[in-house]
Amino acid sequence: MDQTRVMRASVVEEASPGPATGYALELRSVSKAFGGLRAVDDVALAVRAGERRALIGPNGAGKTTLFNVISGELPASSGTIMLFGRDVTRAAVHRRAALGLARTFQITNVFPSLTVLENCLLAVQALSPVKLAMHRPLGRYADLHAHARTTLEAVGLGGRAGAIVQHLSHGEQRQLEIALALAGRPRVLLLDEPTAGLSPAESQLMAGLIKRLDPAMTVLMIEHDMDIALEIVQHVTVLHYGRVIADGTREAVKANPLVREIYLGA
Amino acid sequence: MSSGLAAPAPTLDRKVVAGFAALTLAGVLAPALPAYPLTLLTQAAIVAVLAMSLDILLGYTGLPSLGHAAYFGIAAYTVAILATERQMGLAGCLVAALLLATATAALFGVLAIRATGTYFLMITLALGMVVWGLAFRWVSMTKGDNGIAGVPRPGLGLGWSLAEPLPFFYFALLAAALAWAAMGVLVRSPFGLGLKGIRESESRMRALGYNVWLHKYLAFVISGFFAGFAGVLWAYYNGFVGPADVQLVTSVETLLMAALGGPGTLAGSALGAVAIVFLKNFVSVYTKRWLLILGAVYIGVILWAPRGVLGAFTREPRGAR
Repeated sequence: MDQTRVMRASVVEEASPGPATGYALELRSVSKAFGGLRAVDDVALAVRAGERRALIGPNGAGKTTLFNVISGELPASSGTIMLFGRDVTRAAVHRRAALGLARTFQITNVFPSLTVLENCLLAVQALSPVKLAMHRPLGRYADLHAHARTTLEAVGLGGRAGAIVQHLSHGEQRQLEIALALAGRPRVLLLDEPTAGLSPAESQLMAGLIKRLDPAMTVLMIEHDMDIALEIVQHVTVLHYGRVIADGTREAVKANPLVREIYLGA
Repeated sequence: MSSGLAAPAPTLDRKVVAGFAALTLAGVLAPALPAYPLTLLTQAAIVAVLAMSLDILLGYTGLPSLGHAAYFGIAAYTVAILATERQMGLAGCLVAALLLATATAALFGVLAIRATGTYFLMITLALGMVVWGLAFRWVSMTKGDNGIAGVPRPGLGLGWSLAEPLPFFYFALLAAALAWAAMGVLVRSPFGLGLKGIRESESRMRALGYNVWLHKYLAFVISGFFAGFAGVLWAYYNGFVGPADVQLVTSVETLLMAALGGPGTLAGSALGAVAIVFLKNFVSVYTKRWLLILGAVYIGVILWAPRGVLGAFTREPRGAR
């Protein structure tokens, strides 16, 4: 665990220089075009450290594409992406992760033939130099195991550590999805429909889990279930055809006539 | 908090125990064996190292290399040339051969690692053909089609000569066991778990903060190193190194060994190597169509045991603990 702490400390140090805008995540006129289609069109977004914000919009609004651009899986066509005041527009995915950015996937993206514990260990060692160690079996790293167990306990998978992931229920796989993102103790967390495919009861558990996250963590979440989203966040950004059409407190967005018309259908 | 946390899958432990038992059995039975089976067993031990080195890429990282004979062959040629023309001893040959094989893998890795799937397969195949072309055409260095004969067995200065089949078998068995142990630690290390993660989902690995390219590249180079180690043993074992050692068929056979035994299990690859070596030598007594039989065996494995022979007999762990 010490090694991980040291690593986190160095990451923070690395991230702190640069203009202090006060925003954890800032997008300046970011666009992503696929040929003639502008899936993300001139999006500006500024999320303060510790803020909980939902990104909503109809299907095909460009929400997941925007997540892929923020995390670096897709390069932005234009615009600037700042993480804690540092320009990461051209940075590789793993560099952004090292700066404290973590994400989950809408379609569960875990390691199906490995055990739950191994999945979590992969996430735990990801930001530490230990990941390149090849001279000792992983079993010798008791600190990594302890951290992985703690993370699994936190998402309610403590009793399933030895199970092979492909044998888990869908709900459990969604919990693991969150565990993998949390294991690296991120400072900015992108959640892509954490309740996708969950039953109402499971969704409530997931909402509770997200509400209990460290208040210092910045959370940006895509969520289709408005009740869940509004229960967790204070701020909402509405995306429509790749553009931001509303941005504000949940009350303001709820009252916005444009939003009511195109999204809430009322 | 210490030992209880480190619970690896029980199947792994059983494989290690079975591997040790097989090594011990081979060691105990060896003096009683006639010359021919002993020769085959020696050959199997050496080729097992090659198959296991490929399994690091194929089974653990999910990268099907079809040019693995290149690193094996370059090391074998290095030993053959240095031992015959410079009368260099074991240590010098070993270091030079491993350096050259690893350097080649480091160079080829830069070209191959960006590709995945079939494209990776084709690039490694093409690079393997380049090495074969060198072995065949660079006559002043490699003696071309004639190959290099008369590679002397190394002297260990221990009173018994490795020229005899039995001492050389023990030498090869010990070397193979050491390579197996080293690769076994590697695949169980944090780095090894990272390789399995890449096999399962590269995009998740990137999102977690892994430099996936670096991980794959290191695996490629390490795999080349161990293939080179097998090549060194092969040059001493065979006493002859020729273009056949670096040709495509050697790469394909190696891929089959790893696939046959069960990709992602080092012991399985070793088992596949032993099976293919014995099968090849017994079948070729009766027919020249050895490759046809090999192909049939491969199709059978794909149809009925896609996880390999060892995979087919290993019960998949249950969902619950």
